[in-house]
Amino acid sequence: MADTMQVTPGAAGTLPVAPVKGYWHSVWGRLRRDPVAMVAGLVLLAIVLMAIFAPWLAPASPYSTSMLTRLQPIGTPGFPLGTDELGRDVLSRLIHGARLSLLIGVMPVVNAFFIGSMIGIVAGFVGGRTNTAIMRVIDVFYAFPAVLLAVALAGALGSGLVNSLFSLTVVFIPPIARVAESVTTKVRSVDYIEAARASGAGSLTIIHRHVLGNVLGPVFVYATSLISVSMILASGLSFLGLGARPPTPEWGLMLNTMRDAIYVNPWVTVLPGLMIFTVSICFNMLSDGLRSAMDVK
Amino acid sequence: MSYFLKRILYVIPVTLAVGLFCFSLVHLSPGDPMDAVVSADAPSEVVQMVQRAYGFDRPLPEQFGRWVLRAVQGDLGLSAANGRSVATEVFSALKNTLLLTVAASLIGFTLGCLFGTLAGYWQGSLLDRLVTGLAVGSVSIPHYWLGMLLVIVFSVELNWLPSSGAGPGSSGDWAFEWAYLRHLILPAITLSVIPMGLVTRTVRAVVAEVLANEFVEALRAKGLAGTRVFLHVVKNVAPTALAVMGLELGYLIGGSILVETVFSWPGTGLLLNNAIFQRDLPVLQGTILVLAIFFVMLNLIVDLLQAQLDPRIKRG
Amino acid sequence: MMNTANHLTDDPAVRLDPTRDRGGKAQPLLSVRGLRKHFILKRDGWGKPASRVHAVDGVDFDVHKGETLGIVGESGCGKSTTARLLMHLLAPDAGEVIFDGDPVGGLGGLSLREMRRQMQMVFQNSYSSLNPRMSVEESIAFGPQVHGLGRRESRQRARRLLDQVGLSPALFANRYPHELSGGQRQRVNIARALALEPRLLILDEAVSALDKSVEAQVLNLLVDLKREYGLTYLFISHDLNVVRYISDRVMVMYLGKVAEMGDTEALYRAPAHPYTRALMSAMPSMDPNRRTERAPLVGDPPNPIDLPPGCRFCPRCPLVVDECHRREPDLMALGDGAHSAACLRAAEVSGLDDASLATSQEESP
Repeated sequence: MADTMQVTPGAAGTLPVAPVKGYWHSVWGRLRRDPVAMVAGLVLLAIVLMAIFAPWLAPASPYSTSMLTRLQPIGTPGFPLGTDELGRDVLSRLIHGARLSLLIGVMPVVNAFFIGSMIGIVAGFVGGRTNTAIMRVIDVFYAFPAVLLAVALAGALGSGLVNSLFSLTVVFIPPIARVAESVTTKVRSVDYIEAARASGAGSLTIIHRHVLGNVLGPVFVYATSLISVSMILASGLSFLGLGARPPTPEWGLMLNTMRDAIYVNPWVTVLPGLMIFTVSICFNMLSDGLRSAMDVK
Repeated sequence: MSYFLKRILYVIPVTLAVGLFCFSLVHLSPGDPMDAVVSADAPSEVVQMVQRAYGFDRPLPEQFGRWVLRAVQGDLGLSAANGRSVATEVFSALKNTLLLTVAASLIGFTLGCLFGTLAGYWQGSLLDRLVTGLAVGSVSIPHYWLGMLLVIVFSVELNWLPSSGAGPGSSGDWAFEWAYLRHLILPAITLSVIPMGLVTRTVRAVVAEVLANEFVEALRAKGLAGTRVFLHVVKNVAPTALAVMGLELGYLIGGSILVETVFSWPGTGLLLNNAIFQRDLPVLQGTILVLAIFFVMLNLIVDLLQAQLDPRIKRG
Repeated sequence: MMNTANHLTDDPAVRLDPTRDRGGKAQPLLSVRGLRKHFILKRDGWGKPASRVHAVDGVDFDVHKGETLGIVGESGCGKSTTARLLMHLLAPDAGEVIFDGDPVGGLGGLSLREMRRQMQMVFQNSYSSLNPRMSVEESIAFGPQVHGLGRRESRQRARRLLDQVGLSPALFANRYPHELSGGQRQRVNIARALALEPRLLILDEAVSALDKSVEAQVLNLLVDLKREYGLTYLFISHDLNVVRYISDRVMVMYLGKVAEMGDTEALYRAPAHPYTRALMSAMPSMDPNRRTERAPLVGDPPNPIDLPPGCRFCPRCPLVVDECHRREPDLMALGDGAHSAACLRAAEVSGLDDASLATSQEESP
């Protein structure tokens, strides 16, 4: 056996290396054929690009105020989407607002995805009483409706972007940890994990090479479905005055400050909400598409 | 141990943990907890009263123990802003919130069940696709924004319905009269969108699943009338639908914070909102505690009812 | 008696050399003593076990160097649990596993990691034992990589092994499990198990899920591989024909205990335990004249949770006598000592023919 197993130097170059068509490749193939998900994805891409290139796209500064041009309606020359209560160009503020709104909407889910997956995978992989203890603590957070938990934490910590990000991260950790735990528990008892252990691999290696790849996929899809809720909640906290602070352009905060002008300039007032709605529904549709693209075995 | 007893006993540690969370909220706040509890312009006798009541000089576990004991007796402390009893404030606000959420639930659940059943029965039809689209829209819409839209249409443009408050006057008493009901319409519709989408989705999925089942086929094969088949569907959909509804009712109580702010509806949400901006931590703490415990109890009732309706749960 | 063990160097290719025979030909490669595993089903209010399954209940056996030991028994008899205990995928409650003279685990013994390089396992379910997100090559290369062989060298070895198990590396190395047939997947699993150059291969129902024609091909592959690499097999199966074909010796398990053990031909010719005898008459025969119509085993095996006192086979045994209910028989040697059975009437049973067994069964109520 030693003879046949002898490594021949340089032999790797002579072996044909076929392109690796992995799992994600086939998921993408199916997702591409889903028109709803693709449209939602393109709209999101456009909004992300808009956020990135905001300074070059916005016709005016999002901060420059003018008492002379306060509360102009949609279609006013020079202000295609009107002006707000301080005479700032709403179109420019919407474009600039995409940056912060997307950030505070997506970041909590990203954070919670890493932290929650870690908690859930460890709990599920270790199993037994450790698992029970961790999941019982997680259960306590289920005693609070999401909005209440976010408002309670943000309210106690005081307003501000960091506090709002922290509160929402805490809100999304328990559900993600739960999903990660249940997927990990299922994967843990599968034969290929046993086979890996039989190869002499340690727990960390097994988690890294065998568990993560099979757990993070489903957890990721679940997390994308939370982004829509997170967008609504993050802007909601700003709407309550708990997130972004004026004069920063942020969609939720814009809704809040323009609300007083609802009788004077109603249709300009609703524009920031339309943006939140658009992003939120696109994330929902993309997530649905991703889920069904991954479902096929 | 029976499932019921186990489930009821489980509430005790959860409630204690919820209490611990609410208790720590005060200590989460930046700065000295005393600064947070008593606003700078509070009269000196209030400061002393609060100091005595809270015993901030004692070790934290003892503070927590005392706090729990007083909370059990219904004493949630005094408002830092106006010195009134937190319990009184919270419970009078809770009455208004319940009124709003129950109204919203009725609308949301009725429409959700209706749409979900229709879509489930005629799966794949145009109607189904319309309903599914509506459901996705209703779970994606920022409900506080929907509230503003409704105000613009029905209050600003058409001037049919009032845009804020719970009734004419500011007395806070509510009566089953048109003068009060018209105040309820817009906030209730706004809030009803949250459960509607989820109930629609759930009911649609379950109805479709039950209809695809063999026993329904068998019923049809036996020549049973449509209404009988429908009854069977209802019997099988009920436990799941009930669970979703119970949970959603709880979420509504939390979710009403934003809607109450839009419509200045004098409920727990508005109370919480005001407490946050006046840094009135006893009110913040008390409101969250009451709402969370309400939610825990609601979950308990739903679980017990569901187990009663679906015997499989007791075994699993 | 130390042979090549002193050749161990840091060179991985040499370090993984499987011909490290330590105790010589006479020392068993694997000795199992008093192996036991009970699964606790329920606990009472104080956390004490209230009911338990006696999955493996005190098992002793040796596997000699270069042989194939077959383990047969109905499902639930503890044969798969035994395999998992040997690999330490489950922690045994009691018992000793000695690999070529070295106790496995514990202070001063062979480390689990080292043991797993010498002993490998092929699982029954060819699909679930391969990670769906890993290509065939990655799956095979995983073990050597874990044991410190470079990534490139591991992949080289994986490709060579693919060739050894009859799969063209060019065609299969980059495929994923779902793109393979059951037989191809099981070949990959065999390659994966061989990648660490083990001396002992445990095959847990490794061919049971395959079609008959594919099964024969894989069995022949196993025979070839064994000859080529001087492997020792522990072959677990419920299929008596397959076990007879591949095994040098056979061990019959019943409800967590060894019922009978012996050289394949001796055991198949004159089974000394009524259970073995019953299993064999249930075996589909190739000779149409020898096919029987009667059910050889009456009833289900007793619940392994509440075992009857005395011999575990009592409730189903056609030859049961009063003594059987009182005394649990130990494994006792018959004749030359190579053949042994755990039955009080072993000597009588091995002399019986099928007809007399049938008669005595009809007599028992």
